[in-house]
Amino acid sequence: MPDLYLVLASTLFVIGLTGFLIRRNALIVFMSTELMLNAANLVFVSMSHVHGVLDGQVAAFFVMVVAAAEVVIGLSLIVTIFRARRSTSVDNEILLKG
Amino acid sequence: MTPAPIALAPLVSGADITFWICAVLAVAGAVGVIASSRPVYSALSLAVTMLSLAALYASLEAGFLFAVQIIVYTGAILMLFLFVIMLVGVSSRDHLIETLRGHRAAAFTAAAALLALLVLATGQAVTSPPAGLEAATADGYVESLAQLIFQRYVIAFEATAGLLITAAVAAMVLAHPRRLRPKPGQAERLGDRLAAYASQGRHLGPLPSSGVTARHNSIATPALLPDGTVAPESVSATLAARVAIAPAAELTAPLAATSAALDGTGPGVTAALAAPPPALPASSASPDLASPASPASPASPASPAAAPAPEEGPTHA
Repeated sequence: MPDLYLVLASTLFVIGLTGFLIRRNALIVFMSTELMLNAANLVFVSMSHVHGVLDGQVAAFFVMVVAAAEVVIGLSLIVTIFRARRSTSVDNEILLKG
Repeated sequence: MTPAPIALAPLVSGADITFWICAVLAVAGAVGVIASSRPVYSALSLAVTMLSLAALYASLEAGFLFAVQIIVYTGAILMLFLFVIMLVGVSSRDHLIETLRGHRAAAFTAAAALLALLVLATGQAVTSPPAGLEAATADGYVESLAQLIFQRYVIAFEATAGLLITAAVAAMVLAHPRRLRPKPGQAERLGDRLAAYASQGRHLGPLPSSGVTARHNSIATPALLPDGTVAPESVSATLAARVAIAPAAELTAPLAATSAALDGTGPGVTAALAAPPPALPASSASPDLASPASPASPASPASPAAAPAPEEGPTHA
């Protein structure tokens, strides 16, 4: 039974990775990273349950806090880029070079 | 919540049922995130995944993370995503055509290989049955968790405070639009006015206020010039562009109708005083009397006191 949590977390992580690789909308790329973070959190929590210690839950809590800060910065970056380029496609970010 | 399976059926515990329901929902939501063409659908699918994971946390004796997952992830982060999606354009579609040849096939191959690797490496990693959290939470769940966060991990906890403050300040800096020209102050505005007066002869004082008659005093009522026409500057240009302002004929029609009645026979005056407000066709029947101050109407200067009375009458009726 605990193995199934690992399999589920691996599946979610790989789905997030696939979205990160194939999508070009910056918002969806960002949501894919959130999926990967959640998969990692699921491993933390389930292994905390398996090993009978609470440290995993504390680690998952810190991951959530860092994810919140990351989302704030990332979304404001997306809004800033959208304001300048009128697009959220990551293909256009090559224009940032100039 | 107990790890020991409560036998609903042989070999099936409540945690198992929760796991299978939530796992299917979570994977379906995750696929929806990366397969939707619109970001809004992706965000809502992500909410499904987050809530399923929250239920899984609850079944894994992580009540604190269950609440934090719903409050922070589903409540705050996803709402932030939705705000940005609304800002960027809710109907924007992502074109799903691949621009690099073989990009998608390579991505799927890499993902499948990683999934096989992860499942093979970790799928048999746990051999012991779950230990459960009874021993770790002997002092109570909240007390044990607080002891960890505020004693062993207190440095990391304080660091997250700094991280969050930095993120908030950075978001404010990034979201602050740069002003292209300095903000005009009172002195600059006055200088502009005087320059307009000197070059174009524009009036220095304030614009005329909107019209106030017995029946209308909204800002959509234009002020009337002495010849009965509209003073264009007395109403906002926005209202004028939307043709939301009252036409001048509607404002002058009641007075014109009363003047016409006063011009007629004696009994007509009392009838005009008692009658309901005359409609617009009545004034269009006598177009030469459409303006109250028109010199063509001999009754207007003769009855300055009688004219406002019938205009005010219908407002009380």
